[in-house]
Amino acid sequence: MSLLKDAEGPGGGDAARPGDPHYNFAYLDEQTKRMIRRCLLKAIAVPGYQVPFGGREMPLAYGWGTGGMQVTAAVIGPEDVFKVIDQGADDTTNAVSIRRFFQRVTGVETTEKTGDATIIQTRHRIPETPLKADQIIVYQVPQPEPLRKLEPREGETRKLHAYSEYGLMQVRLYEDISQFGHIATTYSYPVMVNGRYITSPTPIPKFDNPKMDRMPALQLFGAGRERRIYAIPPYTSVKSLDFDDHPFEVQRWDKPCGLCGATDSYLDEVITDDKGGKMFVCSDTHYCEMRRAAGHAGPAYETAKAIDLVHDDEGADR
Amino acid sequence: MYVAVKGGERAILNSHKAVAKKRRGDASVPELSVPQIMEQMGLAVDRVMTEGSLYDRELAALAIKQAQGDLVEAIFLLRAYRTTLTRLAHAEPVDTGSMRIERRVSATFKDLPGGQVLGPTYDYTHRLLDFSLLEEAVIEEGETEPEAEPLDGPMPRVPDILGDEGLIEPEVDGPGSGSGGDPYDITREPMRFPAERDQRLQVLARGDEGFLLGLAYSVQRGFGQNHPFAGEIRHGPVMVEIVPEELGFPIEIGEIEVTECQMVNQFKGSKQAPPSFTRGYGLVLGHSERKAMAMAVVDRALRTEELGETPGYPAQDAEFVLYHSDNVEAAGFVTHLKLPHYVDFQGELELVRKVRDEAVPVGAPEVTPDEACEVLFDGEPAE
Repeated sequence: MSLLKDAEGPGGGDAARPGDPHYNFAYLDEQTKRMIRRCLLKAIAVPGYQVPFGGREMPLAYGWGTGGMQVTAAVIGPEDVFKVIDQGADDTTNAVSIRRFFQRVTGVETTEKTGDATIIQTRHRIPETPLKADQIIVYQVPQPEPLRKLEPREGETRKLHAYSEYGLMQVRLYEDISQFGHIATTYSYPVMVNGRYITSPTPIPKFDNPKMDRMPALQLFGAGRERRIYAIPPYTSVKSLDFDDHPFEVQRWDKPCGLCGATDSYLDEVITDDKGGKMFVCSDTHYCEMRRAAGHAGPAYETAKAIDLVHDDEGADR
Repeated sequence: MYVAVKGGERAILNSHKAVAKKRRGDASVPELSVPQIMEQMGLAVDRVMTEGSLYDRELAALAIKQAQGDLVEAIFLLRAYRTTLTRLAHAEPVDTGSMRIERRVSATFKDLPGGQVLGPTYDYTHRLLDFSLLEEAVIEEGETEPEAEPLDGPMPRVPDILGDEGLIEPEVDGPGSGSGGDPYDITREPMRFPAERDQRLQVLARGDEGFLLGLAYSVQRGFGQNHPFAGEIRHGPVMVEIVPEELGFPIEIGEIEVTECQMVNQFKGSKQAPPSFTRGYGLVLGHSERKAMAMAVVDRALRTEELGETPGYPAQDAEFVLYHSDNVEAAGFVTHLKLPHYVDFQGELELVRKVRDEAVPVGAPEVTPDEACEVLFDGEPAE
């Protein structure tokens, strides 16, 4: 056998098409993409329901975004503008890696600007800039089953969903309150979608949960290793679980972003020295840069510049 | 932006260069060729083909070279390539009974039709380092003495011999072998439970050798009430046939090497069935008796419920075994912990501070960090 087949590539050579000619557009073959699109349609028709799909191996490790990548591959077209974030940032290494992959296999335009993107693939965050009706946000999902920590067996959890038997989850939240005085879940905070299915919002911080509710953009979720797809159609009700006397709350910081002064964004803690010094900065890097470009400055901006954490020219081209 | 994450793109490109350099090692040492790996590291190639579930020695050897000998990484490379290939046809079930035997041993009968064929095995070598291999050896032709007579073929499989007496359960045809429709295909369909045997055997065949070995060991040692006998282990090439639609009869498309293990297990019998022996089945690509035997033991363990026994051990739990045996999935998910988690961690930090502030009023005796952690990190790992 010759390695020529490798050089020729499974997609055949189509010179007119953008992207790497050795692979089909968006890597997956057309039958696989169609299979995924059918699952997506079913998922959209039954909001929050986990649709099993014949997930494929991707050239990225399981757990590193293969589900999100398969969903993106199924919906992306040559006209799309693609943005990838991981922990809110565009140039964390895995976000760069996924963006480079789609650049290579589709040749589409990529962007860091939330407003310019038509498809945003994300891990662990929803951008601070509100999403619009013509956008799709694709979540990478490590564990699609919100009940998995309460019941390890798939056979059982599927039954619990079928019967809307969600008492377990309410009891877990109640136990938090009885032990700590409040619900001690800070990310992967369970939501009820369209009043029917308890759904995992993926490990986004609960700070982002309210953004999911009646979002104008289409929300798609891909879990590669677990081979599940689910969706939240535009303007669908997404309610974070809570109790009448213990309403859902999001995280608050008593300091603004050190770089841009934002008080309405999710902040990450950055350690600045070995003497306990720290500052808080926006996790959404594009949002932070946009604000700085618009002239906002946070209390720690000069300090950050002095220790080379940030440079003046950044954000200029954004 | 802050320095910790800036320059990801350049860092990745540099990392690719660094790994290429590391892979090549000292440039004064001749480069390893793919044919060398195919010929001289054949058992590694076999493992990569089996768990990568693609029978292609050249690509498996290439994957081993590219992965610097990291077999789990090589398996991943081969799987990721495999997924891009078109499925041209379904093969007929291979007939291991007509295998050209290279090795065939049975632990249940001293002698049997066809005889025992030791063939190439490390079993009876003394595990002493052979320092003569430090030097390049001169190839000596014809070292093995040829058989006085050619091996008889076909050699009946041991469970079939037992089957003639009705002492072992009959092998029931699975789906796809008769009118039952296509067999389950784990590469096209998501895992489904309860899992039938066709699905289970496919998952076991591509499952991680180390994981299955440990499970099989647990069954033997005490976590699984079953004593297996190695009814037969055979290794050699078998014919692969397909039936093209336009022809309507089978044609041979080539030969693959496989190792098959049939375990014979005790069965006490139940109200419906008299005591008899039951089967555990293992089949792998290339030559790997360890994997085939482990697979056969675990296959039998997973048949606990269908045989009316009471499950009680990890190896008998299909969801536990099947969901966790794939090393591509397992390696990916375990190593994804390397990815940044600072958004989730920030949430936990904030929570720990909040709960500590509430829990420790000023002047109260201090809670040790250990105690605080015990309460807070109780079963909520980040993902």
